[in-house]
Amino acid sequence: MDTNTNNNILDEVTQGEYKYGFYTDIENVMAPLGLDESTVRFISEKKQEPEWMLEFRLKAFRHWQSLTEPEWAHITYQKIDYQSIYYYAAPKKKKEYESLDEVDPELLETFNKLGISLDEQKRLSGVAVDAVIDSVSVKTTFQDTLAKHGIIFCAFSEAVREHPELVKKYMGSVVPYTDNYFAALNSAVFSDGSFCFIPKGVRCPLELSTYFRINAANTGQFERTLIVAEEGSYVSYMEGCTAPMRDENQLHAAIVEIVAMDDAEVKYSTVQNWYPGDKQGKGGVYNFVTKRGLCKGKRSKIAWTQVETGSAITWKYPSCVLMGDNSIGEFYSVAVTNNMQQADTGTKMIHIGKNTRSTIISKGISAGRSNNTYRGLVKILPGAVNSRNFSQCDSLLLGDKCGAHTFPYIQAKNESSIIEHEATTSKISEDQLFYCNQRGIDTEKAIGLIVNGYAKEVLNKLPMEFAVEAQKLLSITLEGSVG
Amino acid sequence: MSNYETQQLQALDELLINQFEEKKHLVTAYDIPKVTALREKHFKDFLTTGFPDSSHEKWRFSEIDGMLEQQYVHALEPQKTEKNVEELFRCEVHNFNTEIISLLNGWFHDSESGLHTTTDGIIVGSFRAGMKAYPALFEKYYGELAHSENNSFVSINTALVQDGVFIYVPDGVKASKTLQIIKLIDRNENNFVQNRNLIILGRNSHLSLMHCDDSINHFTSLVNTVTEIFVAENANFELYKLQNLNDQSGLVNSTFIKQEANSNIKTNTLTFNCGMIRNNIEVALDGKGAHADVLGLYLMDKQQHVDNQIRILHNQPHCTSNELFKGILDDEATAVFNGYIYVARDAQKTNAYQNNNNILLKPTATIDTMPFLEIYADDVKCSHGATIGQLDMEAMFYLRSRGISAANARLLLMYAFAADIIDNISIEPLRIRIDDMVKKRLRGELSVCEKCVLHCGSPEKEYNFEIDMSKL
Repeated sequence: MDTNTNNNILDEVTQGEYKYGFYTDIENVMAPLGLDESTVRFISEKKQEPEWMLEFRLKAFRHWQSLTEPEWAHITYQKIDYQSIYYYAAPKKKKEYESLDEVDPELLETFNKLGISLDEQKRLSGVAVDAVIDSVSVKTTFQDTLAKHGIIFCAFSEAVREHPELVKKYMGSVVPYTDNYFAALNSAVFSDGSFCFIPKGVRCPLELSTYFRINAANTGQFERTLIVAEEGSYVSYMEGCTAPMRDENQLHAAIVEIVAMDDAEVKYSTVQNWYPGDKQGKGGVYNFVTKRGLCKGKRSKIAWTQVETGSAITWKYPSCVLMGDNSIGEFYSVAVTNNMQQADTGTKMIHIGKNTRSTIISKGISAGRSNNTYRGLVKILPGAVNSRNFSQCDSLLLGDKCGAHTFPYIQAKNESSIIEHEATTSKISEDQLFYCNQRGIDTEKAIGLIVNGYAKEVLNKLPMEFAVEAQKLLSITLEGSVG
Repeated sequence: MSNYETQQLQALDELLINQFEEKKHLVTAYDIPKVTALREKHFKDFLTTGFPDSSHEKWRFSEIDGMLEQQYVHALEPQKTEKNVEELFRCEVHNFNTEIISLLNGWFHDSESGLHTTTDGIIVGSFRAGMKAYPALFEKYYGELAHSENNSFVSINTALVQDGVFIYVPDGVKASKTLQIIKLIDRNENNFVQNRNLIILGRNSHLSLMHCDDSINHFTSLVNTVTEIFVAENANFELYKLQNLNDQSGLVNSTFIKQEANSNIKTNTLTFNCGMIRNNIEVALDGKGAHADVLGLYLMDKQQHVDNQIRILHNQPHCTSNELFKGILDDEATAVFNGYIYVARDAQKTNAYQNNNNILLKPTATIDTMPFLEIYADDVKCSHGATIGQLDMEAMFYLRSRGISAANARLLLMYAFAADIIDNISIEPLRIRIDDMVKKRLRGELSVCEKCVLHCGSPEKEYNFEIDMSKL
């Protein structure tokens, strides 16, 4: 096959349109435009928060003011004007609903379009969903079932009211507000999010899930997730995100904190599909997220799995702090960038406890004129004797105008640990395509096949419900009919 | 940092800045206009940046602060020495015939004219003499490669440097002898030394160069060397850097290499001993079909620190590069490796490989390794790897089960680990010599020798492991 046809197909394959670009006409309650102390107070008041919460926000806000936006990431974008963003937008008719019938039908329609119809989910899949739309948690399904096991799964604001002792104890214990610029911003203005508490010895019977959606124009979404897994518990948590198609850039700065005690296991899966902007790079979501898990207890385990296909800019590093002896951290990632998207993503594995182990598998796929960067840190502290890390980060380039970069940082401070890192960068080889063609698979399908096979290692780690969606997303991102 | 230290830190900055401002007539005495203009520019840069500290991303792990806190002298003119210089430089490798270029305390030390032509037709001389005799070459090449991005040591070097080595290999000339630059530091004061080397290889030429950094006494020295190397089409260049200074001394080595089409280079950085070493190597593959081998070995112990910053820039298609750095760290030694492969947008058919392997022997040793890739072309094969580990316990067991003492088994395994780099030395006598040095270094026997790293005139008997091979 001549190169031209090949390129044409590649172009077609890599020029899909965003399918979640609808906008739902829901009335919103907005905070005044811009950010100062009064905005922070406004949000806190709207949410009827106790005094200590407001204090926390104000401390974070003051700290944020003393910081400057970081510039080390391998991304370029116009500086964000923090005064032209609405920091709070809540669907107006927000009240606690007893049943789905009371929910705004427009809102339900939104969820249907997202393919996560709440009642469908409720009946069929047994997945408990907490949907966060424009930063306010709208509905948490299956609370009763979960309550039976003593599991708390609710909106963050609800947790602040109902379980202040837990929130006080764990909020900011993994990602303190002083952690970084965007964490400080989030701590000051976060509007809602999910809270999840798994008591001692409980194996969560359902897959827990949150859906985030930015709906209103010019709003930032600042949600906060806190997951606490007590001794010997297990939970699998899924997170999905979409945003409508808009010309201007929207800001998403979230925090996710996970605490795992002795023998606890937390699986956190993300399918991120924020609006990536159009082909010229106009619009799209800035996804600046701080995610970190603390393996506090012995033999605890935290696994991050992410499929990143959306956002104009992705800037996130789901990390594990392996504090407990024999604890395990895992990170599996597929990041796809197309058109003008930029991704600077990876992980941090901080080994503190003895015999701690971590695995990093990262697959980057870049197409169009996008840039895809893996940035990771593996740090073995002197006390982390006999620790083990294995990292593998591969990049696949589709087209000659994109970039794939790898910036690993490896720091070892003791002699008994073993660290291995390997990375390759390549394109889909002519041989592979030829082999497929020769067996009657056309080039378009062949590319899909190869890309999917390439990402398989990570997709396999996703929970069933998500794996299907993720595969679909992968094909949409690399449109036409790949997948 | 205490006030006292801060004052001292400022002292070196201030010393250099004052020297530039007050003694400009001395600094620029031998300059051509281009060199003076560059001095002014880089001096301005230095005024704004100052010396790097650990807040700078590329110097985060470097232990440079301690070096800069010392009080130094920085001479603008050569000093007289009472010692018998011939004796000092009586340096040779057994069976290895080299052409020696010597620098004492950073000043070119050779024939009166400071410039001569070797029997092969290579022009060798001091930086000053070269500038005087070949202003056109300096006009064309000097300062074209060295840049001070992330490295203000290049700024201060360009601003104040007085001497160094100039080598010009005309088109088609193939050196039959290896050139050997020997840099000795022998001064009874703490000494800040700056050198500038300009090396130009014409088309189809060949040169192999050894660059030895040694110190004789135990005073602190900080050597700041900038080397610019131009390799024209089809030329072939080999560079062996031997670094063996005392435990207090510091060395900042910035090497910039530009390769034209189908040229071939190999650099081998062998770090045996030094308080603080920073090696910046930047290779620009600027012509199709160029190939670069960038290798290094570091064997550090005590509280020594080595920092290798390697940048390979694939600016043109069809180039290949191979980067391999290996290190063994003992005691409280720390090492940093930052490899960086850059593949430009249209540099298709690039094949680049980067690898860094480390062995830590003690719980207190530290390694920070950062193998970076930045790739903008799709038809490329780029891979990198990094490992940190210990000696293989199974291999150890195998050797022990065959009656080899623990100490010997350890040595053997470490030696085997280092052999990858040693085997790549293509000059036979040098390889044997380095091989020997590594063995001695691993046994802790190699220290800064009285005269020079290569044990002048008295070839050592070959070192062998005390192992009965028949049992293996």
